[in-house]
Amino acid sequence: MATLSDRFNINAQLEHLQSKYVGTGHPDINRFEWNLNIKRDTYASFIGHHSLTAYHAIAENESTGRIKYNFLQNMLLPCGLPPEKEDEA
Amino acid sequence: MHLYNLTLSRPSAITCAVVGSFSAPKVHEIVAARGQTLELLRPDEAGRVQVVHSTQVFGVIRSLTPFRFPGSQQDYVVCGSDSGRIVILQYSKEKNCFAKVHQETFGKSGCRRIVPGEYVAVDPKGRACMIAAVEKSKFVYVLNRDNEARLTISSPLEAHKGSTLCYGITGLDMGFDNPVFAAIELDYAEADQDPTGEAASEAQKHLTLYELDLGLNHVVRKSSEPVDNGANMLIPVPGAGDGPGGVLVCAENFLLYRNEGHPEVRAVIPRRTSLSGERGVLITAACQMKIKTGFFIFVQSEYGDLYRVSLDYEGEQVKEVKVKYFDTIPPCTSLCLSRKGFLFAAAEFGDHALYQLASVGDDDEEAVEASSATLMQTEEGYAPVFFDPRPLRNLEPLDKLESLAPILDMKVANLANEEIPQIYAACGRGPRSSLRVLRPGLAVTEMAVSPLPGNPTAVWTIKKSAADEYDAYIIVSFSNATLVLSIGETVEEVNDSGFNGNVPTLQTQLLSDDSMLQVYPAGLRHIRPDRRINEWRAPGRKTIVKAATNERQVAIALSGGEVIYFELNPQGMLVESEKREMGGDVACVDVAPVPEGRQRCRFLAVGMFDGTVRVLSLDPDSTLKVLATQAVGATPESVLLLDSPSAGKEGTDEGAGAGALFLQVGLVNGVLLRTEVDRVTGQLSDTRTRFLGTRPPKLFAAAVRGERSMLALSSRPWLGYSDQGKFNLAPMSYEALDYAAGFCSEQVPEGFVAVARNTLRVLTLERVGEFFNQQALRLRYTPRKFVIHPDHKVLVIAEADHAAVPLAQREDLQQQQQPPAAMDTDAPAQQQDGIAGPEADEEAAAREEQWGTPKGEPGQWASCVRIVDPVALQTTHCIELGENEAALSVCLVAFESQPEMGTLLAVGTAQGLKFYPKEVQNGHVRIYRFLEEGRRIELVHSTAVEGVPGAMAAFKGRLLVGVDANLRLYDMGKKRLLRKAEHRKLPTRVATLHVAGSRIYAGDGQESMHFLRYKKADNQFYEFADDIVPRHITAALHLDYDTMAGADRFGNVFVSRLPPEISAQVEDDPTGGKYAAQTGIMGGAPNKLTTINNFHVGETVMALQRAVLQPGGRELIVYGTINGAIGVLYPFTSREDCDFFQHLEMHMRQEHPPLLGRDHLAYRSFYFPVKDVVDGDLCEQFPQLPADKARGVAEELDRTPGEVLKKLEDIRNRII
Repeated sequence: MATLSDRFNINAQLEHLQSKYVGTGHPDINRFEWNLNIKRDTYASFIGHHSLTAYHAIAENESTGRIKYNFLQNMLLPCGLPPEKEDEA
Repeated sequence: MHLYNLTLSRPSAITCAVVGSFSAPKVHEIVAARGQTLELLRPDEAGRVQVVHSTQVFGVIRSLTPFRFPGSQQDYVVCGSDSGRIVILQYSKEKNCFAKVHQETFGKSGCRRIVPGEYVAVDPKGRACMIAAVEKSKFVYVLNRDNEARLTISSPLEAHKGSTLCYGITGLDMGFDNPVFAAIELDYAEADQDPTGEAASEAQKHLTLYELDLGLNHVVRKSSEPVDNGANMLIPVPGAGDGPGGVLVCAENFLLYRNEGHPEVRAVIPRRTSLSGERGVLITAACQMKIKTGFFIFVQSEYGDLYRVSLDYEGEQVKEVKVKYFDTIPPCTSLCLSRKGFLFAAAEFGDHALYQLASVGDDDEEAVEASSATLMQTEEGYAPVFFDPRPLRNLEPLDKLESLAPILDMKVANLANEEIPQIYAACGRGPRSSLRVLRPGLAVTEMAVSPLPGNPTAVWTIKKSAADEYDAYIIVSFSNATLVLSIGETVEEVNDSGFNGNVPTLQTQLLSDDSMLQVYPAGLRHIRPDRRINEWRAPGRKTIVKAATNERQVAIALSGGEVIYFELNPQGMLVESEKREMGGDVACVDVAPVPEGRQRCRFLAVGMFDGTVRVLSLDPDSTLKVLATQAVGATPESVLLLDSPSAGKEGTDEGAGAGALFLQVGLVNGVLLRTEVDRVTGQLSDTRTRFLGTRPPKLFAAAVRGERSMLALSSRPWLGYSDQGKFNLAPMSYEALDYAAGFCSEQVPEGFVAVARNTLRVLTLERVGEFFNQQALRLRYTPRKFVIHPDHKVLVIAEADHAAVPLAQREDLQQQQQPPAAMDTDAPAQQQDGIAGPEADEEAAAREEQWGTPKGEPGQWASCVRIVDPVALQTTHCIELGENEAALSVCLVAFESQPEMGTLLAVGTAQGLKFYPKEVQNGHVRIYRFLEEGRRIELVHSTAVEGVPGAMAAFKGRLLVGVDANLRLYDMGKKRLLRKAEHRKLPTRVATLHVAGSRIYAGDGQESMHFLRYKKADNQFYEFADDIVPRHITAALHLDYDTMAGADRFGNVFVSRLPPEISAQVEDDPTGGKYAAQTGIMGGAPNKLTTINNFHVGETVMALQRAVLQPGGRELIVYGTINGAIGVLYPFTSREDCDFFQHLEMHMRQEHPPLLGRDHLAYRSFYFPVKDVVDGDLCEQFPQLPADKARGVAEELDRTPGEVLKKLEDIRNRII
């Protein structure tokens, strides 16, 4: 059971945010992770705004359904493979 | 600068649509979301789609789904939007609008990754609904009814799963067992962690079932089974007695039947023979319908092919899944199949269509069918099944809803020399592209035009009996005779009607006892039903000059200014009941029809030559007593008493206008006055004026959509009608008419008969309620940009399509075109002009519109440059570009160094442009010269550049080209363009270029506007100012020397200005900005632009134009969006107006929050805080407020509701 002080503890708050909102950063975030979140957010926004989907669909001459599907597929690995983890010394 | 935003024509693209019975049981209606507009559409008996209701919701509508409770016969709509709220709407028939039943908040607003709204699904029994996000979040709401059968909604139940993408959800048909929702999910957690890529390549989509335990009020993740990795969509299969239950999973190339504890049944989707092997077939739309004997499922692929899916099942065991080619229609965002067999196809680009299902394809033996039973597995996977698309066989097109979406470029110009400029919009995509000419006004169809002997003065239509549905006679009056035409199979002259043909006629009327009345200068001729004729002669030497009649009342005005009033008595006699000297000559009279259930209309309106209009009482105790007089400032030409919209209908919370009677007065100076008449006292109040044209408006009553409306004939005809409870005055796109009357016959159920000079015309209106009428010219490829040649008055359009096969390489076309080309003598000439593409031939064009064109490789382009005569709307020349070049920009340029060349056309092309990653082999700037007064062009030379020439502009007698991120200045050479200067420092790519003096305004693809200066002495460009916010510019408009308006990809419009002191400093700088440009920090320019206006339109604005849309009107900004909306930004003329509308907007935000729960202020500030732009669309919803709230808001503004309405009308009238 969290005490009152815990709840107002900045770390606890951050943890809470991180669990609630995907993409909330943390002090050890690396370039890859940062990028990952931005790209996924962008794709989600493209899918959500019909006019942005249409914009891409016109450029690529594909159907909007295909464009949305491709964007969703891209969300799996939006910026290539993750970098090798450096072993923490 | 303060701007007023007003959408003139709502978005025409449909983002999603659902079918159901929304307004009443057993009606088949469609709720369609058009970006931020929600609409109710109803296909009528004749198969025409009528817009019943349309409302702006100030939010992004992302998903819709209908649901109903068992036993109930009406549907609710669940909306997923960007508001972070779930909203359940019900259509209220009484109020004729959508009513919010529930609104539950669950998350942040905006189209976010983890905030639900993208997908909505309901349990088929209406017990629960699930709303899901693209990632992680899913909420389930339990829906129920309380004791009074009102809808209740539970608190949300979470069904989240982190780091999981969701491709689609649906509610399974479980009968009355616990509701189950299915979802296609993909977990990316491992792929994020695995640097070897093994996890990513092994990532597997799962079909997950979520069960809502109604007893425990809890959602459990019931099962999660791997499913084909191409899965993208789910279609529920009817269950619980109506079918096997379970779900159809649409995957790339396959359809899979899945159910719990049931083996997967897989069938391939037949593919087009012409499709390259690398391309998959993805199902993008589906619809289904349950009938008593089973169910139909239709799916549509991304190429537009419709398939019928049938399941062979026994109990709950599905033995076979069959996918049969059905027909091909353009690709749709949504398909709506109603029980009447109407299929509404909401096309993703271009016109929407309504089809009738002629057959369900059962007897179609030839159609290709793929079945799970005959599925062949080979070493390369499953064997595909092929078919060729064919003309429609099972569907019959009924109706078309015109759509401008997407508008890719738009210009406003008066090329046809009309009263107001036309809007030229380049619309559509691929083979469905078109150039559309828009004119504000109603489209008129000419049903018949016939010449008459001499110039008629007037025309009427008359029925034989009040019970008749159709008009029987058309009566045409000349200056000395009257012609009676009977309406039948043909229209012919008759002499047995009883009318006197030897005198001119002033008025005709069918009286309520089925007798007919002819008013002529010497008297009245009353033709009784038994053909006895009563004549009344005008006293002495006086003649009748004007007459007004209705079913029971007749008022005539004699020369000298005497008004005589007659009434029809119960014996069927017209009895003179009162006369009165008006003290001056009468210019016009009118009496309204007798209200239902009453004996008489209580008011007579009389216009006098002394410039007054009087309202006279027709009550028996005070007959012809003057009740009110209004001085109108000019001689009234015509008066008309018209009920306000929805007068007498119950349950309208119309506000102040409800049930009022309006007196319309057309003055000789071309102004139309509209004054409210108090129904009890006859007092006149609240006058509104509107200039209609240079001729005095003549006013006539005619039925439009069953309601008595007004035709006003000035230098162009206008129609005053009620549209969704508002009085709307719209011009008709037709030439000037002299006289008109309503017309109703079997062929023309609702129209007008009119005379113009010596012709008699029968006209009908198309699509009352549409703001613009359109004319279209078909194009071959997606139009990218166009320019107008100001001298030759021609349009030059650059068209280009990615992944399309150029005309020369189209094998299918060559085969088809060989035989007719030999026979047609015109063909060689056309071929030479290059206009003999598929778009020039009706049949080929229809085929391409239906099927689309063959798909090419990525990086393959088809492109052409076209010259269009905008008045005749014809292509005069078209040059197809070869070698994979794509024309992306055009501009006109006159080189100073070679004045003899005149104005030349520069076309920027990219060769072999590819996306993801963007790469290009080469770019070219092609220079063409105009021949034959601009009807043809001829290539002068082509200059290679190393990037994409995205924008060009003529600058000081040279050509400025934005090549990728570089800015270059070219001069004309003999064999090629000569590079004179270059600037290399723009951030991403040049999207727009404008010039003024020695300043250059470049819009960057991602980094907003940049102001540059060219210094001739140094032959260099200096960037002296840029913007502080990143904007992905799609369109820009030069407003003045320091100010640019622009639009970005995310749907914002802004106006940026260089502060005046900096502007002066830059101008005075002796170094020409050289020094100033060097002092910028962090690579930016030294000076920054300030934002003057900011506004979120809600959809990508593709074109901005300055225009005056009204004779004598003010200049304003017109914008066109990718969803096909056209709107304006109107600069306020006075501080007072601006304050008023700002306050009105503020109160409207409070009192009338948007329907889908998005905060209006937050929506208009989606990316940047809204600045100094008042949203007229919200203000115009003022009439929708309930009366007490409207009064409250008006009081806050120190006005009456009527005055607020008047203000709204005024500003609209000033715009258009």
